[in-house]
Amino acid sequence: MTAFVELRNLTQCFGNRTALDNVTLQIQEGEILALLGPNGSGKTTLLKVLAFLLRPKSGEIKFEGEIVTDRNSERMRLQSALVFQRTVFFSTSVFNNVAYGLKMRKKPKSVINEEVRKTLKLVKLEGFEERSTKKLSGGEQQRVALARALVLKTKLLLLDEPTANLDPKNTSMLEEIIATVNHELKTTIVMATHNMFQAKILPDRVALINDGKISEVGATTDIFGKLSKNLASFAAVDNTFAGTATITEAGTTIIDVGNGVQIEAAIQKQGETSIFISPQDIILSINPLKSSARNVFKGKITQIEDLGLLVKLTVDVGKPFTVQITKRSFKEMALNLNSEAFIAFKASNVNII
Amino acid sequence: MNEILNGIVKALQLIFSGDPTVYGAVYRSLLFSGVAAILAVLWATPIAMLLGLKDFPGKPVIKGFFTTMIGLPTVALGLFLWLILRKDVGPLGFLGLLYTPGAVILGEALLVTPLIVSIATNAIEAVDPEMMNLAKTLGASESQASIAVLKEALNGIIFASVAGFNRAIAELGVALMVGGNLAGFTDVLTTDISTLTARADFVTAIALAIILLLIVFGINIIIVIARNPRVLLMLGRMPQ
Repeated sequence: MTAFVELRNLTQCFGNRTALDNVTLQIQEGEILALLGPNGSGKTTLLKVLAFLLRPKSGEIKFEGEIVTDRNSERMRLQSALVFQRTVFFSTSVFNNVAYGLKMRKKPKSVINEEVRKTLKLVKLEGFEERSTKKLSGGEQQRVALARALVLKTKLLLLDEPTANLDPKNTSMLEEIIATVNHELKTTIVMATHNMFQAKILPDRVALINDGKISEVGATTDIFGKLSKNLASFAAVDNTFAGTATITEAGTTIIDVGNGVQIEAAIQKQGETSIFISPQDIILSINPLKSSARNVFKGKITQIEDLGLLVKLTVDVGKPFTVQITKRSFKEMALNLNSEAFIAFKASNVNII
Repeated sequence: MNEILNGIVKALQLIFSGDPTVYGAVYRSLLFSGVAAILAVLWATPIAMLLGLKDFPGKPVIKGFFTTMIGLPTVALGLFLWLILRKDVGPLGFLGLLYTPGAVILGEALLVTPLIVSIATNAIEAVDPEMMNLAKTLGASESQASIAVLKEALNGIIFASVAGFNRAIAELGVALMVGGNLAGFTDVLTTDISTLTARADFVTAIALAIILLLIVFGINIIIVIARNPRVLLMLGRMPQ
């Protein structure tokens, strides 16, 4: 079977830096493929190559069996659309932004009006046509950017960290839209993510990428099943730990992940295992919480990242944990680097990979 | 001092009387500099797009060249153009442009081109670097994507044109050298102010100077307000 998109021995360099190193990858028609890897691993470059925006230094790209060259890349681009990690807008209304691609394809006005309206409804932004893109919230901006690509009904849809800066509500909204589009329009989707949870639920296959190289590609269940150790040592993914699990008398499992950190999980597992806790499931407090949460650890804040409405913190309790809280909570708690903090999460929030 | 104040009063009378000499010069200044600014924008924009969007060897040199040329002394440019446009002698003498409005327009357009290129290049560079990729991934061709970037930089380009116009209307050297200051034909506000003062007809000169200042300052004030509409709010709130 001819692969839908095929990359063969593809190398991409920016000056002295090799962003993609001899990458070979096949993408099947109609699938959702996740690119899982840390920041700087080459995910964005790979997506740009798949969007036919970059000419590789060496190697070959084939789209629907046809080799992509400088001469036909413009035509090929009409079949793919890339949604950037950082949203960029034309200084005009939501309508004009979403309609841009259709205007480039010289669609008649009535068609444009209808399609834009339908797509805005799909991303739950009905009535937003005349709004200025500058005055939208982060979640709304991400959805307009997605609508801009979806309205084109391209065969290939490329998403660069589509939910990286979104709160849980917007994240699940977006994931639902992505699943719908793939299911109903049979759009082939390649999405870059460093959210392990997302990589587990949404895609059919996962490709692990690091330092510009693809280390493994396979069905999601395979990758997460047999490669749990490699996956856990993937610096990318927040809150993954490898350790030794022991079943307790109470029927839960204690996993020793090192440095004195022992995590209690609500599932039963014995032996070597890898676990993962979603940053959204962790509660941050200045004083230790007396609650039903089985896992409470004391640590120090070692990193703070401002994501607009949300703040991402790294708390070192012996092992580093990534926690996501609202900006408001961050300000109210008056947290700083090196502040002492407590993290707490339930045993049921510990996912065995 | 009395003479000066007298002169100003008489000049104002001249302005309000609609004197044809005065208004002829105003008309020609606005016309020549206006056309010059438009011409300059037309050929400066593609240059600015090249400098703003593409990377090529020698780019810093070319950018530096335009920045340096902003300071080109007007009389020097006037002289070079005069030599080139000289009838029967200069390489472009056959065009018969010397001492015609065409020469003034051409000269002023050349004069303000470096300024417009520099400002427009900055405006284009200020557009988000991913804008080209965004347009392209949505289906734009290379040229369509460049137009999208240009649209985003439009404010800056308008500002560049206005700045160019201002420079053109306020300059003397080029208009004088290649225009010849022929009465009713190629004389403009600046050239008239110069020759009238030399002839000691300073009432008319003052009148022209007042109008020139009004034009130039008026445009500058509009630019300030356009770039920062809050100024209008501030003015509105001041105690009456």
